[in-house]
Amino acid sequence: MKHDFETPLDVAAVRADFPVLEREVRPGVPLVYLDNAATSQKPLSVIEAMNDYYRRYNANVHRGIHKLSEEATDAYEGARKRIAQFINAASYREIIYTRNTTESINLVAWTWGQANLGPGDVILSTEMEHHSNIVPWQLLARRVGCEVRYVPITEGGELDMEAFHQMLDELPVKLVAVTHMSNVLGTILPVREIVEAAHAAGAVALVDGAQSTPHIPVDVQEMDADFFAFSSHKMLGPTGIGVLYGKRAILEEMPPFLGGGDMIKRVELGKSEWNDLPWKFEAGTPSIAEAIGLKVAIDYLEGVGMENVHAHEVAITAYALERLAEVPGVRVLGPSDPTRKGGVAAIVMDDAHPHDIAQILDHEGIAVRAGHHCAMPLHQRYNVVASARASFYLYNTFEEVDRLIEAIYKVKETLTF
Amino acid sequence: MDDLYRELILDHYRNPRKKGLLSPADIDYEEDNPVCGDHIHLTIQLDENNVVRDVGWEGEGCAISQASASMLYETLIGKSLDEIRKISKDDILEMLGIELGPVRLKCALLSLKVLKAGAYGLTAWPGEEED
Repeated sequence: MKHDFETPLDVAAVRADFPVLEREVRPGVPLVYLDNAATSQKPLSVIEAMNDYYRRYNANVHRGIHKLSEEATDAYEGARKRIAQFINAASYREIIYTRNTTESINLVAWTWGQANLGPGDVILSTEMEHHSNIVPWQLLARRVGCEVRYVPITEGGELDMEAFHQMLDELPVKLVAVTHMSNVLGTILPVREIVEAAHAAGAVALVDGAQSTPHIPVDVQEMDADFFAFSSHKMLGPTGIGVLYGKRAILEEMPPFLGGGDMIKRVELGKSEWNDLPWKFEAGTPSIAEAIGLKVAIDYLEGVGMENVHAHEVAITAYALERLAEVPGVRVLGPSDPTRKGGVAAIVMDDAHPHDIAQILDHEGIAVRAGHHCAMPLHQRYNVVASARASFYLYNTFEEVDRLIEAIYKVKETLTF
Repeated sequence: MDDLYRELILDHYRNPRKKGLLSPADIDYEEDNPVCGDHIHLTIQLDENNVVRDVGWEGEGCAISQASASMLYETLIGKSLDEIRKISKDDILEMLGIELGPVRLKCALLSLKVLKAGAYGLTAWPGEEED
C-alpha cells in the first residue's frame, strides 16, 4: 500500500546479506520472518567467520603455545574488546562472556546477590519483565530470605514511574532489576532515570538489555547501570554466547560463579586464587566460535549504523501500527507511539486465539510468535492469556507488513463467528 | 490451512456442543495447557452401571482445543467408563482428521487428557504414558 514512511536503509542490499531470507517456506510461499524478538537471522559474514575459525584456526584459547591457539585467543579476546567498544564499557575487563542474557542475570544472582542480600532486603523489578529477570530473583529470595517486589505498569504499557519512586522511597531496596525494552510491549524504559534513582536510594541497578542492544544504541557508561545483560543471537550473532557487563569495582568484590579451569590463577589442594577480571567468571572452555561470530555481527550492525537500524524499525513499526489499527477487532498491546517503543506488535484479536493466528500466518509463510513470550505476569496484567507477536528488524520491509495485514484478514475470515 | 481449519472443526469451534457444566456431577475435573493457556473444565454424570448419562463442559482456548473438546465429549454419552478408557490419541487425531505439529498436538489432546485425568486419575499426556 502507498504510505509516507521513509527508511534510511537500502533494505534490498541488507536482505542480500542474509541467506535465509531467500528461502520459501513452501513452494511459492516466500518466508516473511517477523519473529526477531525471539531470535534474529544471521548475515553470511557471521556464518563465514565461524566457519573460518573451524576450518583454519580451531584451537583452545589462553593455553597453547602454538600458532593456532594464539590466533584463536587473539580472535576471542579481540571480540571482547569489540563488544566493550560497542556498548561503550570503560574496559574489556568489564565484559564477561556467558551463554545468554538468562545466564548473565543468574550469574549476578548467584554471586553478587548471594553475597549481598539477606532477610529484610528487597529486589525491585517490574510487571513487564521477561521470566529471566523474575525467576532468578525468586530463586535467590528463597535461598537468602530477601523479597522481590514489582513496579506496576500503566494501561498504556509504560512503567508507572510514580509508583517506582514511591516503592524505592518506602522499601529497603538493595537491587533494582529492570528491562531496557519490553519483549512484548516494546516499551523503552527510562533507564537513566531509573538507575539514577536506584543509586540515590543506595541500591545497585541491573538492566536487561536483551531486546534493546540489538535495536538501539547502547552506552552503559551514560546509562550508569551496575550490570547490563544481553544475548548475541538476537543481534545477528550466533546462539550460545551472551554478555554480562559489570562495573569493575563491583566485579572485583564479587565471589566467582562456576569453578574450574581458566577462572583461577593458582590452585592448591587446600585453596585457590581467582583469576583477574573478566576470566574470574569464565570457567571452562568457552564458546570460541560464537564469540568470533558475535564480533562480526557487531561489525555488521555498526556498518549499517545503530541509529539507522532504529530509524528503520520506527518507520516499519509506525506503518504496521497504522495498518493494524484499520483491522476491526484487532488490538496491539503497549504504547502506540512508535518512537517510544521497539519494533514489536503484540496482537490480540477478538474471536481468534493467538495459536490460531500464528498457525494461519504460518500457512502464508509469516513467522510470528504466539503465546506468553516468557512474560506471563505481563499478560495477566492485561487479562489476556497470550498474544501473537510480530517483531521487526533491519531486513524487514513495508511489503512484508502488507503481507502480515492480508494474512490477518484471512484469520478473521476463517475464525470470526 | 484449509486442512487444519476444515469446516467440521470450525463448526464445532463456533457452535460447541454440550457446553455448560452439570451439577451434581460424578466426574468433575479441569486443567490448563500451560504452554498456551487453553483451559477445559469437564463434568460427567454416570448411571448405576457406570455408563455416561450426560456430559457438560466449559473452556477457553484456540480453535483446535475447543473443537476437539466439543467433538469428543459429545460422543461420550451412552459409553461405559471401560469403553472410554480405550479412547487413544490416534482416535482423537482420526476424529479431527488433520495433521498437527508437536505444539498443536497438545491443543488437540487437552480434551482427552482432561477426560482421562478426571475419570481415571491418569495425568500423562495421551500418547506419552510410557515416558
